Amino acid sequence: MQRALTAEDKEEVVKELIRAGIEEEIAEQIKGEFIPAELTIELDELLEMQIEEAYARDILMVQGRREEGEVKLGDIELKVNKSKLPELIKGELRKKLRAVRDKLSRRKLDEILKKVEEKYEKAKVEPREAVGIVAAQSIGEPGTQMTLRTFHYAGVGAIYITLGLPRIIEIVDARKKPSTPAMKIKLAGEYASDRNKAEELTMEIEETYIRDIGKVEASTEDMSVWVSLKERELKRRHIGREEVEEKLKGLGAGVLVEATEDGKLRIQVQNKFYHELLRLEEKVSSTLVKGIEGIKRAIVRRDVDGEYMLYTEGSALKKVMRIEGIDFSRTTTNNIAEIADVLGIEAARNAIIEEMMGTLEEQGLDVDPRHVMLIADAMTMDGEVKQIGRHGLAGGKASVLSRAAFEVTVDNLLEAATHGETDELKGVTENVIVGQPIKLGTGAIELVAR
Amino acid sequence: MRTKRIKGIKFGLLSPAEIRRMSAAKIITADTYGEDGFPIEMGLVNQRIGVIDPGLRCKTCGGRMGECPGHFGHIELAAPVIHVGYAKLIYRMLSATCRKCGRVLLEEKEKERFLAEIERQKEKQADVGDVVKEVFKEAVKNAVCMYCGEHQRVIKYDKPTTYIEIDEEEKKRRLMPTDVRERLERIPDEDIALFGMDPKSARPEWMVLTVLPVPPVTARPSITLESGQRSEDDLTHKLVDIIRINQRFMENRDAGAPQLIIEDLWELLQYHVSTYFNNEIPGLPPARHRSGRPLKTMEQRLKGKEGRFRGSLSGKRVNFSARTVISPDPDIDIDEVGVPEEIAKELTITVNVTERNLEAMRETVRRGKKHPGANYVRRADGKKVKVTEINYEALADELDIGWKVERHIRDGDIVLFNRQPSLHRVSIMAHRVRVMPGKTFRVNPTVCPPYNADYDGDEMNLHVLQTEEARAEAKILMAVQRNIISPRFGRPIIGGIHDYITGLFLLTWGEKKFEREEVLEMLRKITVNDLGEPAEAPYWTGKQIFSMILPRGLNLQFRGKMCEKCIERGLVCMKEKCPHEAYVKIREGELISGVIDEVAIGSFKGIIIDRIFRQYGEEAAKRFINDASHLAINYILQAGFSFGISDEDIPKEGEKQIREEAVREAEHKVEELIKAYEAEELEALPGRTLEETLELLVMQELARARDEAGDIAERYLGIENAAVLMAKSGARGSMLNLTQMAACVGQQSVRGERIRRGYQGRTLPHFKSGDRGADAHGFVRASFKDGLSPTEYFFHAVGGREALVDTAVRTSQSGYFQRRLINALQDLEVKNDGTVRETRDTIVQFKYGEDSVDPSKGEYGKVVDIDEIIREMIGAEAGA
Repeated sequence: MQRALTAEDKEEVVKELIRAGIEEEIAEQIKGEFIPAELTIELDELLEMQIEEAYARDILMVQGRREEGEVKLGDIELKVNKSKLPELIKGELRKKLRAVRDKLSRRKLDEILKKVEEKYEKAKVEPREAVGIVAAQSIGEPGTQMTLRTFHYAGVGAIYITLGLPRIIEIVDARKKPSTPAMKIKLAGEYASDRNKAEELTMEIEETYIRDIGKVEASTEDMSVWVSLKERELKRRHIGREEVEEKLKGLGAGVLVEATEDGKLRIQVQNKFYHELLRLEEKVSSTLVKGIEGIKRAIVRRDVDGEYMLYTEGSALKKVMRIEGIDFSRTTTNNIAEIADVLGIEAARNAIIEEMMGTLEEQGLDVDPRHVMLIADAMTMDGEVKQIGRHGLAGGKASVLSRAAFEVTVDNLLEAATHGETDELKGVTENVIVGQPIKLGTGAIELVAR
Repeated sequence: MRTKRIKGIKFGLLSPAEIRRMSAAKIITADTYGEDGFPIEMGLVNQRIGVIDPGLRCKTCGGRMGECPGHFGHIELAAPVIHVGYAKLIYRMLSATCRKCGRVLLEEKEKERFLAEIERQKEKQADVGDVVKEVFKEAVKNAVCMYCGEHQRVIKYDKPTTYIEIDEEEKKRRLMPTDVRERLERIPDEDIALFGMDPKSARPEWMVLTVLPVPPVTARPSITLESGQRSEDDLTHKLVDIIRINQRFMENRDAGAPQLIIEDLWELLQYHVSTYFNNEIPGLPPARHRSGRPLKTMEQRLKGKEGRFRGSLSGKRVNFSARTVISPDPDIDIDEVGVPEEIAKELTITVNVTERNLEAMRETVRRGKKHPGANYVRRADGKKVKVTEINYEALADELDIGWKVERHIRDGDIVLFNRQPSLHRVSIMAHRVRVMPGKTFRVNPTVCPPYNADYDGDEMNLHVLQTEEARAEAKILMAVQRNIISPRFGRPIIGGIHDYITGLFLLTWGEKKFEREEVLEMLRKITVNDLGEPAEAPYWTGKQIFSMILPRGLNLQFRGKMCEKCIERGLVCMKEKCPHEAYVKIREGELISGVIDEVAIGSFKGIIIDRIFRQYGEEAAKRFINDASHLAINYILQAGFSFGISDEDIPKEGEKQIREEAVREAEHKVEELIKAYEAEELEALPGRTLEETLELLVMQELARARDEAGDIAERYLGIENAAVLMAKSGARGSMLNLTQMAACVGQQSVRGERIRRGYQGRTLPHFKSGDRGADAHGFVRASFKDGLSPTEYFFHAVGGREALVDTAVRTSQSGYFQRRLINALQDLEVKNDGTVRETRDTIVQFKYGEDSVDPSKGEYGKVVDIDEIIREMIGAEAGA
């Protein structure tokens, strides 16, 4: 039976083609999946399926429908893989070489690879380069150009997020909680394509307290708290009356809840004291009925790929994980401490990089990611997110003099004396203080005349 | 010559024995100078502990003032006192040890465990603080000593230096420093290690002082006032206090004074010693000078920005430096700095006279104080002689090999040039000196961006390098042309600004034709050997002229600032036939198409500069920048370019259009929105209140109005307009600036919202309470040219104030941020194996940046320009 390529097939073919070394092998492997000779598919159809033209040609070539070019896809794969280039460049090179494959010859392919490798070698860092200082300057210098107290909408009418210098400072301070926690939640399956379903999810995660869905009144007349639920809100948030009742019953032992005929809920106080009543009123109105604590608001937005996703004000990564319809692998928060907690230190490192680069880019500042990476790595190098400053990296340095020169001078000196510490004068500040050349860059090496 | 290095500095506490051993004199007299004006023996300004008076010799080492570094003395305290800095630690130790046998109140096993943990931390060179804290916490829990069975009593710490023991019957007894010291003495060495202390360098009882070291007079010099009166240093004052009380204490005790008086004096002695160490102890009144000013004692000397560590050790004042106002000079090279002759005559370089330069040096000295002369010569025996009007000829004749000459700096000398704040490394670069008349430093405008300098009164510093090694390093690593590429983003930071961009833009825009004479005039500062054939004989085109400064063989294409992003909008790029001339194509050093703008030669962008730097090296890049700027100004001088208020004129119909189509329309819509809001017909946006929704929509509408007004203005002004031209080419200003000048200033805001503050329900008394209209909340309808109405003017000032406050706050914040970053990362270095490590050799990154690539060494912000290589190899347009 003949069959056309489905979307899944497309992925398979592409994957196989990339993996294969030589053309025969590709053929063999594809044969295993579906018989190429039986495929009656034309270039146009493949293109329609949004397969890159180069791949499409390869697929046809495997079927023996097109002439072979001189340079095969496998050649590009093999040679690029064999080179000592970093993955990022390999990827770009692969893609670009494939696009011009019909114009390549084996010799030219070799020459291009050689040239790229040469240039890569030339672009490498010099040993002994003081990369830390360069990174610090590269982040610090644009700090002066950043705006202060900028709050910004993520899309119109949506969520406030701290940006600019305050945000960058927040990140390097390794705060436990950012001033404006927020999540970007990607959705899975039909939640991502159906706006209504996505909207339903927002109701699911937005924290809803009794006070949001009804009126809470304390009555001194009968010494009880009355809750009159708003029908409209209940419907909008898909909350049943029983649910609310259930929640209220869970308030504590001895709390009497009864529903009256006019739809009101009456909660009685045990001890008939006035302050007891007020406390109960407060307790009732701030009872969580639905949603995740900490998520104040969620908004549905369409991302660049046309998928629906959620932006939230407030963050609770761990709890969101269990909600159905959420694609947790693509869900992020701007709370780095939370990421470190839930996903581990490597994830936190990536989050620091992402957040910093994002903030810098939003301000229109151009900073090479390598500088940000170094800062993130320094902050996370011993397994926990350490701040940049007295209680983190700068305070944990080996050198007494360097610590004393930064902050809390005398305390550091007094402590060093009791511990009998020795400053080995390996860093920058220490050597400046004692007045000898520092050991970085050109100071790290010596020239001796023979 | 290999210089010796200090390998390490060990910190520890001074034992009383050590203090006495290092003391050169015992101080017993509180007086300083005697009647005769000489320092008193046994006094605080003792001649055995250093000299600060010219002519006197040190009685310990025999050195004169300046030679003798000073020696410590000591005061024998009549009774022990607590060292304030350690008061808290002493309290902890007292609580954690047995009051009888002095052992730490922990089981042997636990001790072993803690000791092992402390050892581990020390090996890692990490902080032991957390473990020690744990030790203290565990030890106080034990109420009975497991070694001698003694019942422990609770000790209360009364800040700053008092300890009270509370016994079982709740009776309080004060522990005097003598008691404290006795208890600390009993703690055995093995147990001390549990406090993270090293018994060899710090015994706990040394924290209770019995002997006080007296710093040498050189550390607390007195100053002689104009009146001839001596004014002693704050530390000396404090020491005087200590000695006086000490003396009184002894006298009273010897006389058998009552316990109460003794305790009072003891307390007083404690106060003076405490404030001697730190005069800002909470709970203690600071010791004051006669004038009422608090004294600056030990801690105050060390601490803070102006303290010893940050003020005198990490940063120092230097010689061989100059500072003056900067001004532009486009005629000097980018790596030159124009130095006023006056300054050049003060700054010197020391030259060793050798066989080879003897004659030249003689010539230099012979010029005396005239410019390329010398200020001092140093004879072979080291004696320094000033070059004067009288002796210069004699000195020149006398000059010989082995002498040293401090000659004036002259053209070509390498100096460092700096503008504060030095936020990144290109804030200090090496320039070549060019001595010039005038009183300012002359700077080529293209190097303004790295320094972030302008000429509105900025001052800059210049430092003359004094050793051959320093000069070599500066020349190789810090030269301007070496730093054209910024390490921050890997693109040029030096490049054309303002008129340079306008000039080249105008030159290469459209088909400009020039006669031979005009071409020669434009190129007069540039070395061009061959004009080539005129493209449209007898005329050369502008693009042709620009091509003359490009290196032969340069191939490059990119989209300039004028690009309308056709591809992103789903259209086809017309490339060479782009109607905006945005597609710049250079073939074999020939500008084929496109117009030169900011993206091509501007600072921060400068694709052409970047390519030339990479392909032809730094010298070529420097030459190109020089040539391009010369060409630009020569052309713009010839063509003329100006901007005035009439450039903001918009024809009547244009103005009408702005008023009626853009502004009035928007105001009308705003009114409708408000009406809808008031009638509660407005639909709230998700997650917003009705009011927020209204504000949002109004802001949007008014912003749109301003943009529209700007578009209309742009249409009427056209690209020929000077301001439009500058904005479009990226030379200066933006379309927004022009919009505000010519069409409409737009909405003023505070914290991203319309202006709301003021009176109840209204911003100003000019409006009705509750007015939500555009006018009442800071919409400025007028343009700057029209002039603002009084209310508009007020709102504009409100918005402007926010911007001012913002910058003021930001500078201090970002300064501290930068300091922290630098401090945390300054020791990181790429090692020979490609890893990034800090001083303890802890690995921070296994491979720098994951690919070992230096951001400043790639190609225009990327590691390798693959497109270009492919294009070069097969001549096809690769990828996108």
